[in-house]
Amino acid sequence: MVDRTFAIARLPGFATIAVTVFVLLYLPIAMLVVFSFNAGDSVAIWEGFSFRWYPEAWSNEAVKAATWRSLQIATAASIIATTVATMAALGTTRRRQTKGQSFVYLMINQPLMVPEIVTAVALLIFFSTIKVATGYQGLGYLIIAHAAFCTPFAYLPIRARLESMDLSLETASADLYASRWQTFRYITLPLVMPGAIAGLMLAFVTSLDDVVITLFVKSAGQDTLPTYMLAQIRRSVSAEVNAISTLLLLLTVVLLTAFFLLTRKRT
Amino acid sequence: MSHDIAVEARDARKVYGQGIGAVTALGGVSLQIRKGEFFTLLGPSGCGKTTLLKLIAGFESPTTGHILLDGSDITFDPPNERPVNTVFQSYALFPHLSVADNIGFGLKMQGRPKAEVAATVTRMLALVRLDKMADRKPGQLSGGQQQRVALARALAPSPKVLLLDEPLSALDLQLRKEMQIELKRLQVETGITFIFVTHDQEEALTMSDRIGVMQSGHLLQVGDPRTIYTRPANRFVASFIGESNFLTGTLDGTALTLDAGPRMSVEAGQGAPTQGRVTAAIRPEQIRITSATLGDGIPAKVTQTVYFGTDTHCRVVLKDGTEITVRLQSPASGDVGLHPGSEVTLKFEPGALIVLPEAA
Repeated sequence: MVDRTFAIARLPGFATIAVTVFVLLYLPIAMLVVFSFNAGDSVAIWEGFSFRWYPEAWSNEAVKAATWRSLQIATAASIIATTVATMAALGTTRRRQTKGQSFVYLMINQPLMVPEIVTAVALLIFFSTIKVATGYQGLGYLIIAHAAFCTPFAYLPIRARLESMDLSLETASADLYASRWQTFRYITLPLVMPGAIAGLMLAFVTSLDDVVITLFVKSAGQDTLPTYMLAQIRRSVSAEVNAISTLLLLLTVVLLTAFFLLTRKRT
Repeated sequence: MSHDIAVEARDARKVYGQGIGAVTALGGVSLQIRKGEFFTLLGPSGCGKTTLLKLIAGFESPTTGHILLDGSDITFDPPNERPVNTVFQSYALFPHLSVADNIGFGLKMQGRPKAEVAATVTRMLALVRLDKMADRKPGQLSGGQQQRVALARALAPSPKVLLLDEPLSALDLQLRKEMQIELKRLQVETGITFIFVTHDQEEALTMSDRIGVMQSGHLLQVGDPRTIYTRPANRFVASFIGESNFLTGTLDGTALTLDAGPRMSVEAGQGAPTQGRVTAAIRPEQIRITSATLGDGIPAKVTQTVYFGTDTHCRVVLKDGTEITVRLQSPASGDVGLHPGSEVTLKFEPGALIVLPEAA
């Protein structure tokens, strides 16, 4: 009997295309990792295995400062983004559905859709007015900017979690004498926590990796790790950058694995 | 106002939506439920019984009308301020809390001292026979055990009224029978007023002190199980609770001339008409069949017999075409000796035929 069901995996060339795509996606990254262990100065000619770039990068004061700044910004921004996203998710899932609901979703997710360069220019102009008016030059601008574009990344897993939650649990809590705040504190919050942690990690990774908005918003001497690396590469391509990239990659893989484990359906 | 009324609904109406799309879930229900009573709201799905329960729990507010608890108006009190607890159809156990923490939740939210909470939880665990399960999570329990946790959780704060929203519908038949007995035992032991919502007429008959039968947002009849069964207020009640056969005829005082032939004397039903065209109901098990075509009774012809083990259901057709079901106890041989086409006579006690208080 002929099987008439359509399966894309049976089309001719499927395996070839799939393998090609994965190679193109991951080969450059694999090369970056390999060359971070290069003994020589070149990023293109292999001269033997060595760990030298890792301690070299770590002994560089500029790298340390940029790393510390990146972590500070990512931590603060992801906490703010997760808090805002949790409130937004509660607002969009725990109220009666209104006509403007899809407009609200659009507004919350707009940083995903508006070209990043537009947000960057807008923030540059907006913040420079404030800088002139207040004289404040600190990291606050970067934190606020990062929190803004990280919010939709935190929002999506939290909303998914809240939507899959049985509403009768909150009804039952109210029935058992819990005030609205107690219901949130003892029922909703603990149950939404895996989603919130997943959102926090996504926001953290997104912030850590940002270049465009950071370049526009940062003041002099406020390089984050990605903008520092960009500046380094402009001058001369150093294998030090490979080592830093590899470490960033490792951090991202760890966080995303944790994200995957947290959002996976528990059976 | 009488002191033995626990819950009262006064002309409670609930309309969802507005304008053309408005749906009346509850059409002006007035009801008094006594203290310590096992009261059942019985009706098909969509009859408004769950809506009435939500009004009492405080999850919804009536569009018009009032809800009273112990004589005081609680119509607009939020659910967390009402000394009323609910056992939900889905149980709604908190998945991240242990069995003990689930049961103690209400008391903790009321701000009771820790020692009191712990003591009550221990007592409740014993009451529902789950002593060894205190530290388990709800996900690790069977359906019947989850059901008992839900019951214990709702009973722990000693509510004035316990609301049960079809709590047995998710259980299989065997477990349901056990839980029916368990529920009744708990109600007697605690003395708490139970308001039980179900669409299962057998459940309602076996457990309740009184039953309120609902249909399309209206309360049709309130009474004890025997009254509801033997003196149904209308055709819907007669057919929803147990099975009924309906006969039409012309009534003149206590003399009823059936369309199918004979004239017989009937008891005047409460609120029933005494003159004109009427409908009378009779239960299948109240009818006897004699094979002879002699004497009083209604002549009929057998169309079908179905063997059910303890019973045999016998379908007969009357002269005017009315179809009647008769439930006969199966004899030792298993064969009632009736076959399609047999000419028979139907007999019954005069009191078995109930004239319904509505026009034919």
